[in-house]
Amino acid sequence: MALPAVLFFGIFALIPLFGVVVISFMEWNVLGSPEWVGLTNWQAVLFDRPFTWTALGLTITFVVGSYLFQAPVALLLGVFMAGQQRYRALLAVLYFLPLLFSSVAVGLTFQSLFSPNYGLSAALPFDWLPNDWLSNSDLVMWVMIFVVGWCFVPFHGLLYQAGVRQIPQSMYEAATIDGAGRVRQFFSITIPQLRYTIITSSTLMLVGSLTYFDLIFVLTGGQPANAVRILPLDMYVTGFSSYNLGYASVIAVILVAIGLTLSLLLNIISGSSKMESDKAGA
Amino acid sequence: MMTHTASTQSATPDAGKALNPEVPGFQQREMKQNKVRRTGAPGEKPNILGGLGGWLWLAVIILPIYYIVITSFRTSEDLRSSNQLLPTTNPTLAPFIRVIQNDFLHYFTNSLIVTLSTVAVVLAVSVMAAYYIARSTTLGGRRLFQVILLGIAIPVQATIIPVYYLIQQLGLYDTLWALILPQIAFAIPLSVLIIVNFVRDIPMELFESMKVDGAGEWKILTALVLPMAKPALMTVGIYQALQVWNGFLFPLVLTQSSDVRVLPLSLWEYSGQFGIDVPATLAAVVLSALPLLVVYMLARRHIVAGLTAGFGK
Repeated sequence: MALPAVLFFGIFALIPLFGVVVISFMEWNVLGSPEWVGLTNWQAVLFDRPFTWTALGLTITFVVGSYLFQAPVALLLGVFMAGQQRYRALLAVLYFLPLLFSSVAVGLTFQSLFSPNYGLSAALPFDWLPNDWLSNSDLVMWVMIFVVGWCFVPFHGLLYQAGVRQIPQSMYEAATIDGAGRVRQFFSITIPQLRYTIITSSTLMLVGSLTYFDLIFVLTGGQPANAVRILPLDMYVTGFSSYNLGYASVIAVILVAIGLTLSLLLNIISGSSKMESDKAGA
Repeated sequence: MMTHTASTQSATPDAGKALNPEVPGFQQREMKQNKVRRTGAPGEKPNILGGLGGWLWLAVIILPIYYIVITSFRTSEDLRSSNQLLPTTNPTLAPFIRVIQNDFLHYFTNSLIVTLSTVAVVLAVSVMAAYYIARSTTLGGRRLFQVILLGIAIPVQATIIPVYYLIQQLGLYDTLWALILPQIAFAIPLSVLIIVNFVRDIPMELFESMKVDGAGEWKILTALVLPMAKPALMTVGIYQALQVWNGFLFPLVLTQSSDVRVLPLSLWEYSGQFGIDVPATLAAVVLSALPLLVVYMLARRHIVAGLTAGFGK
């Protein structure tokens, strides 16, 4: 019964996962066939190519920045959506909309909106607006963090909304009787009760932005001055524009390693009761 | 409604809970009404900051979407001469017509073929695997589940190079198969996880009574598991359809010719082809999102409930 799933998963996901390690030891320029070159690619990418470290730095900025933007907004939004405010149902419908657009669609929209010639800068009378948001190498990283957040906050908000709904209402009632205010309740009940949602959502956010590619490619192609050429984009450009698939595979292996380490760390942080529930499930 | 209000006025907050412990909605409504009446107590003021933040985020979400829609009805001249954030005074369908004349329906059909076939196969193989895993008592079944769970952490991006090699070797480069087969594979881990969680909740007795009646595995799968797991299947189906419909990397790397171009890639091509024709580019954006918008409006409750249940576990 499980055979078809295993076949698909094995051939197109598991084997490629090992395959990328193998190709990282090969020289391959797309047209010819791959040739074994040992550690040459690794040596070249890690030691003879300073940009690798720049790209790693940019990746860390992007991942951390995205997290610091998305996590609080998503958490607050989830708590807000789970509440009883007026219009909440309508707001929740509209918050979902970014999930329906492909990253290319989002990219083209913001490209137009951020254009120095039309879009926002032509519509609003602020002096600072007609900035070339996407061609300014000091700004473009922050613009990307915002646009990527625009896409992914709704999904995580939804996760948190579901999490908050599972917190027993009686805890809040008891806290209210004890005289705890809204802020106190948020920090003493909501956050601790949401810890597994926070772990799940954080894992998805961190690993997601670590390997995120689409929007940055569409909006900037890594330009200007490679200011947002984070590792996934670096991998794509190295592999499929410069046709050096060996180097690109080294970068891919680095990404897999960082991603798996991150998920494992978060799993350990999430503590023992999570492991129990995993065991009970397995 | 009258009796409801009357009862809350006389009852303490706990009384409502005691009366209706199994209806969470009722309980919450009680809380709300108590809040309204007992203003002044700490923490029970209306959440003004939260409300402001909520509306602010709404503006952030809506502005770009509003901008695409109104711009797609403009002419290029209009775009340069009028205020961009106000609807145009002479709306035109010309941008949409330009897009449709540029093979939009062909790309749309490709996307439809890829999405529907991927989702159909994902659902079929995942429900079979999930049934096997959920019912398996052997070490093999548990190991299999662990390996498949590991798959959730495998980033698609990081494996695209070997997948590209594989697709080339199989002679499938630049065909729709090149999009369907790998996307099925990468959809399996999460789909199996969600469906397994669901199948495990089906009471053991139901499986046993079917076995006693002489039903085989296949019969149990189709007559018991499939109907019971329907909500999970809907969640998985809709979520994966979203992923595939909007997916960009696989089409970008694994296809080339316009014959097999799918929508996200066609948007990318349009933006190059139409160049400064911003209204046409954004009209293409609107057209490509429209099917999902229709599905969302028709099945919103299922989508949101399914996503929250599917990932909340």
